[in-house]
Amino acid sequence: MTIDWSWIGDHTDDLATLTVSHLQAALSAVLFGVLISLPLAVVAHRIRPLRGFLLGISNVLFTIPSIAIFVLLLPVSGLTRTTTVIGLTVYTLVVLLRNTVEGLDSVPVKTKEAAKAMGTRPLRTLLTVELPLALPVIMAGVRIATVMSISLVSVATYIGDGGLGQLFTDGFQRNFPTPVIAGVVLTILLAVVADAALVAVQYVLTPWRRRRA
Amino acid sequence: MYELFKNLGGWLTSGAQWSGSDGIAHRLAEHLQYSLLATLIAAAIGLPLGLLIGHTGKGAFLAINLASFGRALPTVGLVVLVFLAGGLSMLPVYVALVALAVPAIVTNTYAGMTAVDPDVKDAARGQGMRGHQVLFQVELPLALPLIMTGLRLALIQVVATATIAAYVSFGGLGRYVFDGLAQRDLVQVLGGAVLVAVVAVVLDLLLSTLQRFLFRHRTA
Repeated sequence: MTIDWSWIGDHTDDLATLTVSHLQAALSAVLFGVLISLPLAVVAHRIRPLRGFLLGISNVLFTIPSIAIFVLLLPVSGLTRTTTVIGLTVYTLVVLLRNTVEGLDSVPVKTKEAAKAMGTRPLRTLLTVELPLALPVIMAGVRIATVMSISLVSVATYIGDGGLGQLFTDGFQRNFPTPVIAGVVLTILLAVVADAALVAVQYVLTPWRRRRA
Repeated sequence: MYELFKNLGGWLTSGAQWSGSDGIAHRLAEHLQYSLLATLIAAAIGLPLGLLIGHTGKGAFLAINLASFGRALPTVGLVVLVFLAGGLSMLPVYVALVALAVPAIVTNTYAGMTAVDPDVKDAARGQGMRGHQVLFQVELPLALPLIMTGLRLALIQVVATATIAAYVSFGGLGRYVFDGLAQRDLVQVLGGAVLVAVVAVVLDLLLSTLQRFLFRHRTA
């Protein structure tokens, strides 16, 4: 299997466009996933009976193959980017919800009691004590969700979207490996770069953890 | 929407749909065959690797990075790539499914091994146990619950992804999804999707019950 470098040279613009579109889909999904999972995780953390229910539902959603989720959405949102983003968001939920709940659970009870004793109201405790302390575990979930979404965008190629995944369909139909190789390599690169960027974000957001290292 | 679900119910319950080489029973058997074989191969590769890394403490960097690499690998691309390189056979499907499952198995096995209390390992060594005895009689039994979790996770992912076999013209429940897509037959696509989800959930329930039964003497 040989790589046709001239094809890559001729298609740098296309590759760049697809990469940007790929990243946009994955990052939107993670953003929506965080926005949805955060309040749900707080509910699951505070109200024990709902915990198993919410985590159970997200686990079941996770077992549905991604191609099926995209297809299930067709009657609702059609052959659009919206379908891709909703489908990916559903996938990020299981990781984000589980990690955010675990992160909130990991905050020492004594710390919360101390905040309470100082007269801090529950919402303020959540925002200024619990969430910052839970951040490392939450960020671990965000990193997994981001890398997973970047790899999953390709599946949306079956419904006409899919960013770099379009290179796979193209290569498959023409029996031409170069675009497929380019697509795989760019997807992995994108995942590695995004993951490194999130590590940097976490480093900036948790200054108190640096002294320990 | 209501009409769609009624048709879906009809599709899933009609006797004709269940029999024959294109029937649900046959596709289900194919799907299970692909999934179980791929997970077995992945376990044969991943378990020893995870045990070795966990026991020796060497290659921890590899174990941790293998996880994110496995997540980043686009399965569709991998299937197409191996297909273009190796021609029409089930090989690309198995390569992709195994590549998907190995990281989950290795990282969970490794995590289970590192979670074993170092004092317990020291005590075993102090009693004169050799390296392999510590590994098989102390570390492995204690790490087993997490190893089982890794195998479950891998199997679920493989079951969901085995749909892809149909993309390169093989069988399994993915047939309904891809044929339905090609024929713009939403009921068939939904039927395939529902069946895959049910298989995944049932297998996961079975394994978690088995796990609870095997480790019922554990308090933790």
